[in-house]
Amino acid sequence: MTNFTVEAIELTRLYGGREAVSNVSFNLSKGQVLGFLGPNGAGKSTTMKMLTGNLAPSAGSVKICGIDMIENPKEAKALIGYLPEMRPLYKEFTVDEYLTIAARLHRVTGGNIKKAVEHAKERCGLTHMSKRLIENLSNGYQQRVGIAQAIIHKPMVVILDEPTVGLDPIQIRDIRTLIREIGSEHSVIVSTHILPEVEMVCDHVQIIDKGKLVFNGGIDVLKRQRVGNKLLIGFKTPPAAAALLNIAGVTEAEALENNMIRIRFADDAAPHEAIVAAAVKNGWGLYQIAPDQTSLEDVFVQLTYQDAAEPAVAA
Amino acid sequence: MILNVARKELKSVFSTPMGWIILALLMFAFGTYYLNGINDYFSVMSGAIRPAERYGVTQFVGQTVYGLASFIMLFAVPLLSMRLISEERRSQTMPFLLSAPLSITEIVLGKFVGLVAFLSIVILYIALMLSTLNIWSEVDFGYIFANSLGLFLLVASFSALGLYFSSLTSQPVVAAILSFIALFALMILDRFFAGDPSNTMAKLSLMKHFQSFAGGLIDTADIAYFALFIITFLTLTIRRLDADRLRG
Repeated sequence: MTNFTVEAIELTRLYGGREAVSNVSFNLSKGQVLGFLGPNGAGKSTTMKMLTGNLAPSAGSVKICGIDMIENPKEAKALIGYLPEMRPLYKEFTVDEYLTIAARLHRVTGGNIKKAVEHAKERCGLTHMSKRLIENLSNGYQQRVGIAQAIIHKPMVVILDEPTVGLDPIQIRDIRTLIREIGSEHSVIVSTHILPEVEMVCDHVQIIDKGKLVFNGGIDVLKRQRVGNKLLIGFKTPPAAAALLNIAGVTEAEALENNMIRIRFADDAAPHEAIVAAAVKNGWGLYQIAPDQTSLEDVFVQLTYQDAAEPAVAA
Repeated sequence: MILNVARKELKSVFSTPMGWIILALLMFAFGTYYLNGINDYFSVMSGAIRPAERYGVTQFVGQTVYGLASFIMLFAVPLLSMRLISEERRSQTMPFLLSAPLSITEIVLGKFVGLVAFLSIVILYIALMLSTLNIWSEVDFGYIFANSLGLFLLVASFSALGLYFSSLTSQPVVAAILSFIALFALMILDRFFAGDPSNTMAKLSLMKHFQSFAGGLIDTADIAYFALFIITFLTLTIRRLDADRLRG
């Protein structure tokens, strides 16, 4: 019955009476990449610490593949690979030494340790860095060691807290590809506050704000919110809004600056052609027509700053 | 699993100059005292005419070396134990251990075993050094064994206390100073109550319990004292780390 790799049930965490995380519940299935979004101090890291057993929840429970984190912490932790926000690297070791220790502590048995280390290095592109001291590696490579450490024991669930912070664009791209790759075999939870990243790597999104889950759904739901049924049209001699409303399917027209008009249309309508035809016929001087995308930032702001933050559970 | 953590700690000590330097300094100090002890033995014993004044070379040299060892460990152990937990706190590597499938007890015991294993190298070295006297005289191995055991228990107690203080703070230096002060107080406690040896406070002194081992006597009461001391501080450390998880 439990096909979920991660089940968080009404997680609550108090810090001196203040609720850092309150009543967060969600599930994650195998092969899913879950993006965890939220402004600073929203409780992302706290939630992740609770999921990995670094912090005991004040109320609620966590189950990893059906194993309760509080009752059976060792068994549950064995199924998790975790990269905290601050990379837990022992800088006095070389990459090989460090990964060997990580493998050993994560119960990789004797003969398989070498193989596991090689495999993790290969996946994170660290093979040529084996003998280097972690201290001397660049930020990006240290981050890769951090990720290698989290996947070395082939865990069911990989939890990465802000894995792309402080990296250059090329490294960010590499790490995103890596996350996708890992996601195809394991379940992954990634926290971030970079929105395009979520769109690229995740198939599930959660937005958390002030400790509460404000959005939980598939990335397509978020994308739909984002694209919407809106067009942005530029005219040299803009017509009256009423003229546009006459076109079949158009439900709303709003004049903007620079002779631009934003229109909304009904769900199944496609008024694009009719608008162009009307523009040509009436000589409105059409020079631009494009779908109006609300930026993901807007969606995010909308979700996190609305007052009565009801969890909009979709999908 | 405890051994895996211990192995990691040992590796960590030897991958920084710290471990090697401390090891080298300790060996130098003990070597010097050993040499001086032998030299003095001849001058002192040639002056001792009555048989009652004469005693064995093992005891004579052993006394100097083990006396120094118990004193020098007072400085060495806090220096080594300070980084065990507070360094992990400071460089935020604690989650690495906490999210591995290890219980907190295993982490603490692992760290303790790691440190004690490192210090055992020194104890073993002293024992071997004194055993070389056997080449030209007859060594009292029982005496060396009792002293080694005593030193081992003493050092293990120091380590347990150092580990606890290391878990209290994220500043290794603070941890070192605190454990040094605490150890020093415990060492000289019996001096304060020298006038009243039956005082309970005097019985808490670490030095008092080491004394019988230093004389070559293995007393279960002393072993029990050290064992309780170690268990107490290890339990406190475990509780302290557990509180971190609960209260954060």
